[in-house]
Amino acid sequence: MTDPVLSVQGLSVETRDGVRLVDDLSFDLAPGEILGLVGESGSGKTVACRALMRLLPEPALRIADGRVALMGQDLVTLSEARMRGIRGRQLGMIFQNPTAHLDPVMRIGDQIAEAVRLHEGASRTDARARAVEALRQVGIPDPEARAGSYAHEFSGGMRQRAMIAIALACNPKVLIADEPTTALDVTVQAQILRLLMDLRDRQGVSIILITHDLGVVAQTCDSIAVLYAGRLCERGPKRGVLGAPAHRYTAGLIRCQPTSAGGEGMLDTIEGQPPAVSAMPKGCRFHPRCGAVIAVCNTHQPEQTARGPGHIAACHNPVADAAMTVSV
Amino acid sequence: MHRYRFVLLRPLQFLPVLFGISVITFVLVRLIPGDPARMLLGTRATASALERIRAQYGLDESIWVQYLYFLKNLFAGEMGKSIVFKTDVLKLIGTRIEPTLVLVIGSVALAILIAVPMATIAARNRGRIPDQVVRVVSTLGLGTPPFWLALMLMIVFSVKLDLLPVSGYGRTLPEKAAHMVLPCLTIALSLSAVLTRSLRASLIAQITSDQATAARARGLSEGTVFWRHVMPNAIVPTLNLLAVNVGWLIGGTVIVESVFAIPGMGQLLIRGIFSRDYMVVQGVAMCFAVATVLVNFLADILTVAADPRVKL
Ligand SMILES: Nc1ncnc2c1ncn2[C@@H]1O[C@H](COP(=O)(O)OP(=O)(O)O)[C@@H](O)[C@H]1O
Ligand SMILES: [Mg+2]
Repeated sequence: MTDPVLSVQGLSVETRDGVRLVDDLSFDLAPGEILGLVGESGSGKTVACRALMRLLPEPALRIADGRVALMGQDLVTLSEARMRGIRGRQLGMIFQNPTAHLDPVMRIGDQIAEAVRLHEGASRTDARARAVEALRQVGIPDPEARAGSYAHEFSGGMRQRAMIAIALACNPKVLIADEPTTALDVTVQAQILRLLMDLRDRQGVSIILITHDLGVVAQTCDSIAVLYAGRLCERGPKRGVLGAPAHRYTAGLIRCQPTSAGGEGMLDTIEGQPPAVSAMPKGCRFHPRCGAVIAVCNTHQPEQTARGPGHIAACHNPVADAAMTVSV
Repeated sequence: MHRYRFVLLRPLQFLPVLFGISVITFVLVRLIPGDPARMLLGTRATASALERIRAQYGLDESIWVQYLYFLKNLFAGEMGKSIVFKTDVLKLIGTRIEPTLVLVIGSVALAILIAVPMATIAARNRGRIPDQVVRVVSTLGLGTPPFWLALMLMIVFSVKLDLLPVSGYGRTLPEKAAHMVLPCLTIALSLSAVLTRSLRASLIAQITSDQATAARARGLSEGTVFWRHVMPNAIVPTLNLLAVNVGWLIGGTVIVESVFAIPGMGQLLIRGIFSRDYMVVQGVAMCFAVATVLVNFLADILTVAADPRVKL
């Protein structure tokens, strides 16, 4: 197995009051891998990826524990100045809402060129040419002219393409995509996902694709990590996790998918609401909503146990093997 | 460039606006109790002398006819003759316009020079001591009436420290500059308080905005994010606030010109009011109105230049 580009170990994020919004998150990302980070809204996906970028809104939130090794180098202990050299150059990020995350009064081309000039010391004309090239790469027609446009002159899908161009302008090793298609309509969604997969194939970039949509994961990702209330429930290759989910929460999510084979017209839902961060249940955080609680669930957090090659789950009473089959 | 088409079209809208303003100033001036002829000649003037003055200035005509004269003059680019100064109002304004222009432009420039650094320091240190200090200073600036501030500045810098002249305007350029420092500072301190508050609030909103986070995610330093992405987005609302305040600013110059005895248009306006010099009051009021309209026009142009989303 090749060395991972990014290896996250025991990452925890705390609020000022000591509430753990992300607790003990671990995963590896191989070169060219697309990892789907899945969870209901509020499960800590955005907080986790801001922590990877060291862009938490301090002092409200801080990294309490853990290691984030990018090609062997720990980012958590890096100085802010060195970290700035990583952002945009090694780690690119794109966001859920491209409209809000683009500067409305700066030309798109200038926003791309900005990172190129900063990280590579390129001249103004070189950076401009790179910006046009980046726009071409993400499939924006007539990139020479569009580099001079402003965000409001682009459609939603085009804005997300422009954001991807900004993030990829310096050819980062890892792209963190925080719900990149949630704000877009379905046809555009598919185009953007297609684009991300193309970029992975062409440039070998590894992608962390954050989403609450298992359908997106099934189409796009190589592996999956499922987050519930800030904790990792289950992680593994896509086939393993979607085909034979071990954690009750993962199984529930799959049943809730409109496309899943178990659906049969009626949509299942998981009863109840995710816990408030200030009132985390004791034991397994999912047990108040779980249909298969055993005594230990109420008192002890489950340990992560191996379920298959690269497939782990943290559940006291996992789904029996082959109890579910889902066409992926 | 169609976003700038309004620059050509907007002046057409000025005509009805200025027409309305002319009606209002004309009527308001004549609502001031008192009779120009009597003010000029004194209480012991004979009835025939009063009549002569009234006839000379057309004050014996009906108010409609007077207004038509006023309009006819305006179209000919004239504003009538001052009863007190016995000269053309436009010429009179010409001799008075320089100190007022210097005062307005100087105090706006000074206010911006004060407000931008203050708001920057406050926003980048929000909640901490520098922010508190700026808050206290700007609250003081808001709460202090300009006339009182003017007197205090005069006492400190002119009387006690003897650094600057007390009042007047002077003849040579250095003299004029020295005379304008305190008047400009008086207005600038009040105005900068308003601007600082507005700019601080927009800066903070932009510092925590998504687009600033995205800029940080590109690896930009906090300083670069601030000057390249935060400030350009925060400046537009404050620019418009400045334009909205131009009426207040003109009122301020009238007071400040009186306190510092500056021979500007504000002082001319006050003299005109006291002597019921209708033509002078009308003329100065029209000038102030035109200035306000033009400043707002300029602010619109700047807004369109600063924010590519704006269409007017
Ligand atoms: N600045 C913050 N201060 C305190 N709590 C926060 C802050 N930002 C997010 N949270 C909390 O962290 C939790 C996870 O949020 P988030 O990562 O945005 O969820 P997701 O992206 O999975 O929808 C939420 O319960 C949210 O209320
Ligand atoms: Mg989120």
